[in-house]
Amino acid sequence: MRSLIDPLDLSVSEIDELLNLADNIAADPKAYSSVCAGKKLATLFYEPSTRTRLSFEAAMLNMGGSVLGFSTAASSSASKGESVADTIRTVSCYADICAMRHPKEGAPLRAAKYSKIPVINAGDGGHQHPTQTLTDLMTIRAKKNRLGDLTIGLCGDLKFGRTVHSLIKSLVRYEGIHFVLISPEELRVPDYIVEEVLKAKNVSFEEVENLEKVISKLDILYMTRVQRERFFNEEDYVRLKDSYILTTEKMRNAKPDMAILHPLPRVNEIALEVDDDPRAAYFEQVQNGVYVRMALIMKLLEVENA
Amino acid sequence: MLNIDSLQKGIVIDHIKAGTSMKLYELLDLDKLDCCVAVIKNAKSSKYGKKDIIKIDGTIDINLDILGFIDHEITIDIINDGKIIEKKKLVLPKTVKNVIKCKNPRCITSGEEGIEHIFQLCDSEHHRYRCIYCEQEFQA
Repeated sequence: MRSLIDPLDLSVSEIDELLNLADNIAADPKAYSSVCAGKKLATLFYEPSTRTRLSFEAAMLNMGGSVLGFSTAASSSASKGESVADTIRTVSCYADICAMRHPKEGAPLRAAKYSKIPVINAGDGGHQHPTQTLTDLMTIRAKKNRLGDLTIGLCGDLKFGRTVHSLIKSLVRYEGIHFVLISPEELRVPDYIVEEVLKAKNVSFEEVENLEKVISKLDILYMTRVQRERFFNEEDYVRLKDSYILTTEKMRNAKPDMAILHPLPRVNEIALEVDDDPRAAYFEQVQNGVYVRMALIMKLLEVENA
Repeated sequence: MLNIDSLQKGIVIDHIKAGTSMKLYELLDLDKLDCCVAVIKNAKSSKYGKKDIIKIDGTIDINLDILGFIDHEITIDIINDGKIIEKKKLVLPKTVKNVIKCKNPRCITSGEEGIEHIFQLCDSEHHRYRCIYCEQEFQA
């Protein structure tokens, strides 16, 4: 039995296999409408989430399975002080697979150690978000037909943005990646990503503060939101929240085939006017998220292909 | 130098950084032993100027991982019949369990009852360890 806690739990060839399956599902979703009939997904969300939870639930329902779970810690036994270890041992008796989001970093790993069913990390604090990474990889591959030889700009909150950390760790395994890390000094990627991931693997990267100066060389622009919930200090959040706002004006200098990605939800970092730009790929990303989660659930449940 | 009787059978933990022997005493649970234990602080050392030494009059299983994590320059001599029969070499352990605690308030270790604090070696050159749950580096 396998779980997905860290994006690196999957090898490059397993990711390829998963993305191929997700592409097949995208091409003919009806062919997969009953592959998980009789299976149950538990969504254990200790932290509010619209997109990720609904995406997981839609993925399971699309395959004929059913879902159960909770969407806030207040509506779970965590409010009575139950540990993650106890909760997962209980849920293991009710469901075949579970997706867990938790504000504490490492909670899904803790759960996986005690679980009898596969655990999918659906986001743990500011740490990892591997299914978002799979979604991002699927979208990049769909837009550029490859995952190597790309100049990828990551913009905004690179310090607390868990999707950014997971994406960097995954993309360094492909040849010819150049990262352009665009953020205010306070929100730069953590040292350990620079030292132990980028430098350790000899990956080309640059850290800059100005988006306009670098946008013309990007193949992918990955925008992120400055997340209020990651700050202990409201003043710091207010000071940094409007650091980068992508507008049609800034998009004029971007390559005609650059793709804009965003894990969503956005606040104001991408102006609404940019939604009409054909390079805006963030809603396609949402759709891909469902397909890739379907593929992942199938893989972890060892369900036969349609 | 203060005179402590030579051991006939036991363990000498030598070349401990001066001032850290009591920390080792606690981490190795030496207070739970029935045998005679001598903690010598600030002994003269030709190599370091000052050092601490712990002498244990008895045979116990020493957790070498703890010692290796605290200071892998420490030496361990196993004594029998008044002679050194073995010198144990310390290395940086790959994993350290329940020796140090994660200080990240966002880490699951800060709220979950009964959880073990486990750190993994991520950079042996600079002796850097990371919490397996949140990946935050241990800061002394």
